Amino acid sequence: MGTYILRRVLIAIPILLGITILVFTFLAIAPGDPVSAFIRPELANNEAMRKVIIERYGLDQPLPVRYLRWLGEALQGNLGYAAVGGLPIAQTVGRGLLASSTLMLTALGIGILVGIPLGVISALRQYSKLDFSLTGLAFLGVSTPSFMLGLAALWLLGLQLRLFPIGGMQDPKVPFNIPDFLGHLALPAMVLGVAYVAELMRYTRASMLETINTLYVTTAESKGLPPRTVVIRHAFRNALIPVLTIIGLSLPAMVGGAVITESVFSWPGVGLMMVQGVAQRDYPMIMGITLVLGIVVLLANLLTDITYAVADPRIRY
Amino acid sequence: MNATDAARPTTFREAATLPPAESPLRRTLRRFLRHRLAVLGLFVIFVLVVLAVTASETAALKQNLPLANKPPTPDHLLGTDRNGRDVLARTLLGGRVSLLVGLVAVLVATLIGTVLGALAGFYRTADFVIMRVVDIVMSFPIIVLLLVAVAVLGPGLTNMMIMVGLITWTVPCRIVRGQFLQLREADYVTAAKVIGVRDRSIVISHILPNSIAPLLVYASLGVASVVLLEAGLSYLGLGIQPPTPSWGNILNDARNVTTFERQAWQWAPAGVLTVVFVLAVNFVGDGLRDAFDPKSTNR
Repeated sequence: MGTYILRRVLIAIPILLGITILVFTFLAIAPGDPVSAFIRPELANNEAMRKVIIERYGLDQPLPVRYLRWLGEALQGNLGYAAVGGLPIAQTVGRGLLASSTLMLTALGIGILVGIPLGVISALRQYSKLDFSLTGLAFLGVSTPSFMLGLAALWLLGLQLRLFPIGGMQDPKVPFNIPDFLGHLALPAMVLGVAYVAELMRYTRASMLETINTLYVTTAESKGLPPRTVVIRHAFRNALIPVLTIIGLSLPAMVGGAVITESVFSWPGVGLMMVQGVAQRDYPMIMGITLVLGIVVLLANLLTDITYAVADPRIRY
Repeated sequence: MNATDAARPTTFREAATLPPAESPLRRTLRRFLRHRLAVLGLFVIFVLVVLAVTASETAALKQNLPLANKPPTPDHLLGTDRNGRDVLARTLLGGRVSLLVGLVAVLVATLIGTVLGALAGFYRTADFVIMRVVDIVMSFPIIVLLLVAVAVLGPGLTNMMIMVGLITWTVPCRIVRGQFLQLREADYVTAAKVIGVRDRSIVISHILPNSIAPLLVYASLGVASVVLLEAGLSYLGLGIQPPTPSWGNILNDARNVTTFERQAWQWAPAGVLTVVFVLAVNFVGDGLRDAFDPKSTNR
């Protein structure tokens, strides 16, 4: 077990380095003045300051040397300053990450709490009318892009029926309070949640159908165990293992879907920041977010692999 | 043939009297046609493509400012946009642009992916390098890479098609590599090697044709996901640039609060068509997957 985790971590390191090289290359070929990226904008025309920066970050050095220095700074949490607004990037991205993960985790929670039970029910009543309607709805849910659903929901529930606030994370006119925040969170979280519900339902159903037909479930049934126990303790627990992997593996796609959905709802997460960064050609900002997102996805994949190994003792590596 | 017949091996005498075996292509086609939703999907796609191909560019670009922002009338079935252009004509032409982006991008991705996947699947040394690159590219959400590419290269139709192709090649690459790894050890490939067939011919005429089925499934679903990427990016104003309409940049009009709230006829049709197209493609993709799968129970 320990060696398996160690090996997974070791494999992740070269990929992480690859991510940083990719990000650095983009930063290096992106148009614009690299020096300004490291100076607070109000000091941008200060020659002495520029010299200090060029010296300190070795901007007159060849690219590989610059890469190593940049990596050193990034490792210490210094991602430079945004070209627009001039705030330290690490701090801004940190705030965005908090907003984004609140939204994503709420959506994921909805997906788990609704999708997995529906998948189990659907599998237990295979080929019933209920099963057909649920699988049909899940197919629709998987095929409908989150941001289109977001636009439709925002138009109908936000603008026409006025049931939900139409964007942002809080009402700017009142001080921050929990009910107001939850009201703003509800609609985007439900919209993103639909995709999770559909996806998790499909996988749980397939996985349950597979375990129900295994010999150990037949054994449990023929021992005379009550059906509840068979379903919950024997079938369901084993069916959950592949579902765990799916949650981890679909993360990059989910983060991607959230980028546009955040813009639809003006949710101040990393997705919205990224889009604003691209619109304003704020390269240091774009690169900072890309780096952070790459690392987050990598960590999530690592965590998935480890959870998988912990959850399924039959797997030996 | 019933079950007891199938269990007994066919003798040569009997084989001579049997009707000729169904060709794989015919079998695939027959299975696909049994998939009712897939056939419906194919029909929907056909209609959308015909509408997109026959869309009139002049009608879509003709401005008529006094008639701006008018709701649907018999003259303009879906009303007019803020420049007084006919929304129906723009939505149809937008379909052409969106579908074109989808097709070309998937073509570029398939070409790159097939070549790299074949190299990785055939040569062990190439495999390590190529798969690490795939790992790195795949650790980013596609839309994030696309946004970075837009920031460096700028938005636009040509850029969009090339960039999406250059970012999404990892999927076909993995498919082709998987097929190659499997077939590299197949007896008929060993046989071809033994009789001295060159590597290139083995790859082109013995291994590659086997990758066509999974690639076709990928390509059909790929077009849908690119159409969605285009829609998302252009919705943000970072994709296809006006005046050329696409489903995405028509949706961009919905970024204006007044248009979004009160002039739904301007953007809703493009959104509906995008969703209908994606659904239709998903049905067809499902049908293709079942039809190609030799293990499928749906004979």
